[in-house]
Amino acid sequence: MNPKKLLQTFLILILSALAAPAFAQGADPKPLFNQLADANFNRAEELISQIAATGDPRVVSALEAFAEGDLYFRKSDKAVFIAKAAGSNVALTDALTGESAGDAPKAAVTKIRVNNNLRRVIRSALGGLTLLSPDRAVRLSAADAVLRSPSPENLELVEAALAKETDAEVKTRMEEARAVSLLSSDRSVEEKRAAIETIRNYGGRDAIGILRAAYGSADASLQTEIDAAVASIEGDLALWDMAQNVWYGLSLGSVLLLAAIGLAITFGVMGIINMAHGEMVMLGAYSTFVVQELIRANAPGLFDWSLAIALPVAFIVTGAVGLVLERGVIRFLYGRPLETLLATWGVSLILQQAIRSIFGPTNREVGNPSWMSGSFGLGGMTVTWNRLWIIVFSLTIFFALLVLLKRSAFGLQMRAVTQNRRMASSMGIRTPWIDAFTFALGSGIAGIAGVALSQIDNVSPNLGQSYIIDSFMVVVFGGVGNLWGTLVGAMSLGILNKFLEPSVGAVLGKILVLVLIILFIQKRPRGLFALKGRAVEA
Amino acid sequence: MITGFILRALDGKIIVAIAILLGVAILVPALNLLTPPDSAFHIPTYAMALMGKYLCYALLALALDLVWGYCGILSLGHGAFFALGGYAMGMYLMRQIGSRGVYGNPELPDFMVFLNWQELPWFWHGFDMFWFAMLMVLVVPGLLAFVFGWFAFRSRVNGVYLSIITQAMTYALMLAFFRNDMGFGGNNGLTDYKDILGFSVQADGTRAVLFAMSAVMLALCLLIASGIVRSKFGKVLVGVRDAESRVRFLGFRVEHIKLFTFVVSAMMAGIAGALFVPQVGIINPGEFAPANSIEVVVWTAVGGRGTLIGPIIGAVLVNSGKSFFTGAFPEFWLYALGGLFIAVTLFLPKGIVGTIQHGFSSRKAMKAAREAEKGRDAQTPMAQAAE
Repeated sequence: MNPKKLLQTFLILILSALAAPAFAQGADPKPLFNQLADANFNRAEELISQIAATGDPRVVSALEAFAEGDLYFRKSDKAVFIAKAAGSNVALTDALTGESAGDAPKAAVTKIRVNNNLRRVIRSALGGLTLLSPDRAVRLSAADAVLRSPSPENLELVEAALAKETDAEVKTRMEEARAVSLLSSDRSVEEKRAAIETIRNYGGRDAIGILRAAYGSADASLQTEIDAAVASIEGDLALWDMAQNVWYGLSLGSVLLLAAIGLAITFGVMGIINMAHGEMVMLGAYSTFVVQELIRANAPGLFDWSLAIALPVAFIVTGAVGLVLERGVIRFLYGRPLETLLATWGVSLILQQAIRSIFGPTNREVGNPSWMSGSFGLGGMTVTWNRLWIIVFSLTIFFALLVLLKRSAFGLQMRAVTQNRRMASSMGIRTPWIDAFTFALGSGIAGIAGVALSQIDNVSPNLGQSYIIDSFMVVVFGGVGNLWGTLVGAMSLGILNKFLEPSVGAVLGKILVLVLIILFIQKRPRGLFALKGRAVEA
Repeated sequence: MITGFILRALDGKIIVAIAILLGVAILVPALNLLTPPDSAFHIPTYAMALMGKYLCYALLALALDLVWGYCGILSLGHGAFFALGGYAMGMYLMRQIGSRGVYGNPELPDFMVFLNWQELPWFWHGFDMFWFAMLMVLVVPGLLAFVFGWFAFRSRVNGVYLSIITQAMTYALMLAFFRNDMGFGGNNGLTDYKDILGFSVQADGTRAVLFAMSAVMLALCLLIASGIVRSKFGKVLVGVRDAESRVRFLGFRVEHIKLFTFVVSAMMAGIAGALFVPQVGIINPGEFAPANSIEVVVWTAVGGRGTLIGPIIGAVLVNSGKSFFTGAFPEFWLYALGGLFIAVTLFLPKGIVGTIQHGFSSRKAMKAAREAEKGRDAQTPMAQAAE
């Protein structure tokens, strides 16, 4: 049943004023319908009660059609159909199954007459079928329908349903529906006051609309309460908007963090300006693509595991590329950062073109595993699973890296080489290999970031280009040589971006953020979390 | 004083370079206009336009060399100044279209009519006058360089940080110019020019003059740059490049020196952009792309930074190579360019001109230079980078 039809059903229900009779489950409504053909109004009334008493959900649309005068019977065999005029013929639909039963000339069918009394009976029967339906989901959506289009007529029906309701969630929803209906009825001020309180707790934009609509007809004493309730709901909504913005900001921040965290190692710790960093991210994304293609071809059942398999693959591929890059190019350029910048830019051009030659210049399709698609609501905001996983993932990487640097032997050696190369060397640390593996680690992490980013961005040869400036901004803003700075930098830039976006637009927001960072660097050239001490001096 | 400035500027190689440029300025248009199309010496118009484009790039590379080669500021945003100069010229050319546009609006350029704008934005006023547009070609990039440099140099942002924020600057400008409501034609930029100072931009004669102007402006800027680096100020400039702190301790205002050079360089880049636009026939936000600015750096590096003549040679060589490769093997151009970046930094750090100059100087000096290089390399790379 399409949503419009559903709404129609409930609109009819809303007009009903009587509670429905109890149900006799399981009876077949078909013969009852066919008896309608030659029933008088009193008999029809009985039949409707019996039809409703079957509790068969299929009768809803047939009863609706009856109330609208669309129910006909065929003169030849007295079978009952829903009929719609189609030229000189009428198109017949089976009243219960909704299947088409062909056309018939107009003369061959007779309309089953309906009067206002019958309509009322039908509506209350429909109300009983939905609000009192044994199916919990039907009751819930019926209550929702009342909530959406409040009217004093259905107050009694809702109250009757409420008295029988046992399910807590449906009960709350019905109470809200009752409050909404009550507000436009002629009940006492005290009851209305309680209703306003209920609606206020319900919250949301609909509640504001309902309260505003009731404002005009309400007592003067109630108007102040309505004002207060509206203001309070608006306050709640603003708070949720803010929370949603923070969430979007954290989500963007985690993307920035992923892109920048490898750079925090190569640039922040080693001081290498790796302009090919974005291409490492891109290689990671393409590794994911290749892994997924192989899985699709060979073991489709493993698809949900594809990302988990792609992670080590991407780490190894990009780490190896990084190792070759360090041994082949960068080690000859230590101490000349500007030349490093140029050479690695050259590497990035070559990598981009290589990917373009192999995979073509167009976007590649990387699928989402089932556990990463979809979303869920949290209060007044929506949370998508892939964004949530990326936040979790980026923080996991961050803390894993932190532990690696602070707790492992390799991290110790790395920090020793950074702080005092000669001393480290004389303690027996093979500094060139530490350099190479540190760089490989940074590149490998960029590759892992590529696996995650392939889930939310287009996988194309230009993927890396879009992240390189942002990642440098994050590292420079956060402070070079400090992982915590990168975390704070990424998150604050993400949130700042998302808070600027609604007021000035996405592009202008991004420009403003860039300008702000440029100004910030003027003020604190070493970033938020600057290293202190002798190492800083030029 | 001015004669002194010029005399100092004219050492041997610069004289030769300027003479060649002036010769080219006369010869190429002459061969284009005066020889019959079937003659062996005839230079077709498209080739002249292409060479004119190279000369504009050469001027841009020269501008970069002034700040990078002599002042140690590696700007990755020089394309922004180039594009701003280009936009100033483009705005003049747009106003010259008048009512000949598709919509026939005498006041508004086509894209504004398309966007339903009713009147000219304030920043478009005055661009119908050539002198004003030419002033803006210098003022707009100069002003941006001044404001940017004022903040950057005063707070002693230098080295890689400066490079990265100049890159962010051109990136931000690119994003801004891509927006339609900026009033600069958005994605499509400014194009479809009709004439300049009353002459059709398509005519061979106009193109010849534009070419000659490019060569002459390049010669002039080379003279100015040479004058600057060979003056006493130029000595201080090199001092700033090699030992900024010492120059500061000697009592020089390092930030003022850098700022002056940066602004002059930005203006030169603006001129290059202004000459580029009528010859190419379009200016769009793609010119702000950070990749373009980095490409300028490689032209300079290939030719040899800190030589003034090197960047000119580098720009012409690399761009000729680009024209050849993108025509013959389009797949390979990015490999070649990327390889060039790596090869030049690894094997030819002084560039073509720098290497040749060293070839001529004595072996002893070369050895000393190598020792000095080694000494620098021997410092702890990581600690140095962490500085």
